[in-house]
Amino acid sequence: MTEPVSLPLAALARSLPVDLPTLWVAIVFAFLGTFLFLDGFDFGAGALFATRADEAERERILAAIGPFWDGNEVWLVVFGGGLFAAFPPIYATLFSRHYLLLFGVLGALICRGLAPEFYEQREDEAWKRWWGRAFVVGSIASPFLLGTFVGNWLLGTTVTEAPVTVLVGFAVVALTVVTGGAFVALKTDGQLADDARMWGLRALAAYLLSITAILLALAARPAVRPALLEPVPMALVAASVVLGGSYALTIRRERDLLAFLTAGGLTYALVALVAVLLSPTLDPATGRTATEAAISPPALGLLTLSAALLVPLVCTYFAVLYSTFSGPVEAEGY
Amino acid sequence: MVDPALASRLQFALTTIVHIIFPVMSMGLAPFLVYFTWKSIRSSDPLWERQRRFWTRIFAVSFVVGTVTGLVLEFEFGTNFAAFSTFAGELFGGPLAVEGMMAFFLEATFLGVFVFGREKVGDALYMLSAVAVGLGTWLSALWILIANSWMQTPRGYELAQQNGQPIVTLVDPVAAYLNPRFPWMFVHMQSAAVLSVALFMAGVAAYFLYRSSNGGESGDDIESDEVMESDEAMGAGSDSGVAAGETTTGNDDARFWRTTLKIALVVLLVTAPFQVVHGDSYARHVAETQPQKFAAMEAQYETEAPAALHLFAVPTDPSALTDPRAENLWTVDIPAMASVLASGGDPSYEVTGLDEFDGSPPVAIVFWSFRAMVLLGFWFVGLALWSAYRWRRGDLTTDRRLHLALMGSAPLGFVAVETGWIVTEVGRQPWVVQGLLKTDDGVSPGLTGTEATLTLASFALVYTALLVGYSYVVRRIILAGPPAVESAAGSRSESEADPDSDADPDSSPSDSTPTPEVSSDD
Repeated sequence: MTEPVSLPLAALARSLPVDLPTLWVAIVFAFLGTFLFLDGFDFGAGALFATRADEAERERILAAIGPFWDGNEVWLVVFGGGLFAAFPPIYATLFSRHYLLLFGVLGALICRGLAPEFYEQREDEAWKRWWGRAFVVGSIASPFLLGTFVGNWLLGTTVTEAPVTVLVGFAVVALTVVTGGAFVALKTDGQLADDARMWGLRALAAYLLSITAILLALAARPAVRPALLEPVPMALVAASVVLGGSYALTIRRERDLLAFLTAGGLTYALVALVAVLLSPTLDPATGRTATEAAISPPALGLLTLSAALLVPLVCTYFAVLYSTFSGPVEAEGY
Repeated sequence: MVDPALASRLQFALTTIVHIIFPVMSMGLAPFLVYFTWKSIRSSDPLWERQRRFWTRIFAVSFVVGTVTGLVLEFEFGTNFAAFSTFAGELFGGPLAVEGMMAFFLEATFLGVFVFGREKVGDALYMLSAVAVGLGTWLSALWILIANSWMQTPRGYELAQQNGQPIVTLVDPVAAYLNPRFPWMFVHMQSAAVLSVALFMAGVAAYFLYRSSNGGESGDDIESDEVMESDEAMGAGSDSGVAAGETTTGNDDARFWRTTLKIALVVLLVTAPFQVVHGDSYARHVAETQPQKFAAMEAQYETEAPAALHLFAVPTDPSALTDPRAENLWTVDIPAMASVLASGGDPSYEVTGLDEFDGSPPVAIVFWSFRAMVLLGFWFVGLALWSAYRWRRGDLTTDRRLHLALMGSAPLGFVAVETGWIVTEVGRQPWVVQGLLKTDDGVSPGLTGTEATLTLASFALVYTALLVGYSYVVRRIILAGPPAVESAAGSRSESEADPDSDADPDSSPSDSTPTPEVSSDD
């Protein structure tokens, strides 16, 4: 009685030219990468917020990210949802193993999420000062703790393993400032834009340095080194170097859109590197592969079908949103 | 240190109870915002643009707080209930992922256009963004309730093994996701959200009408007391200056709140009776599909036919409050009524008692929450009828007792939603997936009591602060009153005719003239 529905799905799953668990590793990390790119510029803008004392400039930074960040944050929700839906045991063991770290992430995201909304509600100085601080702290702590989490995931460690995973957290914060610098430069002008470019360049240097240190530390680990020396990871590292050079060049020439997209490329290259190093063992701590952890073929087929229908639609929404609010922002806030 | 299972359950209860407030606000406001947007585009009367802006501010704050608290819930399945997530992930994770892709993106991206884009997009795209935001909130609920209802009445699955652990696998998506509970839950929830927000709006409107009918002065007090500088600066009304200008604003505000009250009451008149009738059938459905929950709702300890309805039931021994086999109850009964409710009219219907089940929910919590919800449901019907009567009589905007009742009832819809969810979620204990997995067996195996207690305590602090902060901000938005808008066609000014009849949907003759207290402003 139940077969008629599940059989076509199973057939669909089998008929696809790709291995579905592998495809879902790619999808889940694409969600994570898009989150890190798009909400990354929000985080970076939040860090740059700390460098401005002028109220009008602060308002401009908030106005620049205002229409976008609600939507950007959803990519984290679908990353969690996608991991849960496609690989429930990985989601469960990974999240429960990093219990306190993930609650740290939640705390930082709560802080970052509420702060801009509350900041705008009152005009008095103390109120703005405190919510401004909460915004900065949340914007820096969120990528830092998420980076540490991904570092722990990659190394299969159960406790935060200083200094490598902390260094991953630091690298991710630097990367968000790289993206955020280009975004703020793109949406504003004058001194604010100039300084944003300068911070973007500094953050790029910090990012490349910390990534180099991380790669050296990984290469020193016999368990990771062979995977790192494969062609694909090496190509991603090379791509990062090229993209870094391109960012430095474009942001100096004030070609901010190009610099922003280059920063996006850097972000995807980093996330792709993590995904490649994790394959085929999606969870190094338990040694469980994506295929072992994936839900049954009919269920994965149904999930794939849903994503195939919905993700293009989502991209359309983002196209509408970003084209509606393209161009520089005025100084006024909400 | 608390036992990790208990701490996890308390933490999930706490985070859910706080979270639900915000989606209820969003889902309930969404249809009103769509209506206001449509009216503001179609009509040159600035009233509608003011309505849209005022309620959008509350929507935007609720959405933000709802997002961060909702993210917590998604993470908690993995952090605190890893065994459940592994066991039920194939059936449960899918709807969560689809909720994100289908609903949450729609709501969050178009909210950007809706809140920031009025000047940047044309009317058609703007209207579309309002509908998209509203549709997003409702689709979100749809998928979350699909996931939740599957846990209540699981269907379409098979038990299997994965890496030596028992799991459920999906064999029939239609049966699983359109499971018996789903339509009941969805209709009851969406109606509850709209009803709650209608009550809230009516309460806010009643507050302003109450204040302004207290003599002209106090209305101005509110403005000077709490108004926000930025809104004042934006307002076109404030630059017109002195006495005449202020009278106009007072008039406009009174009309604003009368319109709000009437729209809210029309919605209340539809949803409140519907909710009671629907709730009655819903209870019957629960009796059929989750007899254990129904027995807890009715404190039915032993199987009986006919079974009496206990209006009140208190164990004579306090230690027996959560003991399903408590024998000595002090009760006030209606004979055979539980049988009638469970069967839809048959007084000799056999109601299964709690003693026939393995384990039982904490009966007192379920029993009293259920009674609180039902009582509130009847109160809302009474309030709707009272308001309708006053409206017909023509003293809707002057009846101070009614205004006080509406003000006091403003948060009660949310209370009813909370108690309803407590019945649903506590009532299914000890099961997390009815008949398949017990809640205690769903807790993360490696979780320590220290960790779980630490996060529970942190959440107690953070969520208290969050509730205080949210209430504070919403209160400020309300007290600042409706924002002034640029007059669209000059029709805004003091037209003596007071085009109120355009404003109210069921225009009643009694209100076409300005109410005495407003005209006494001059």
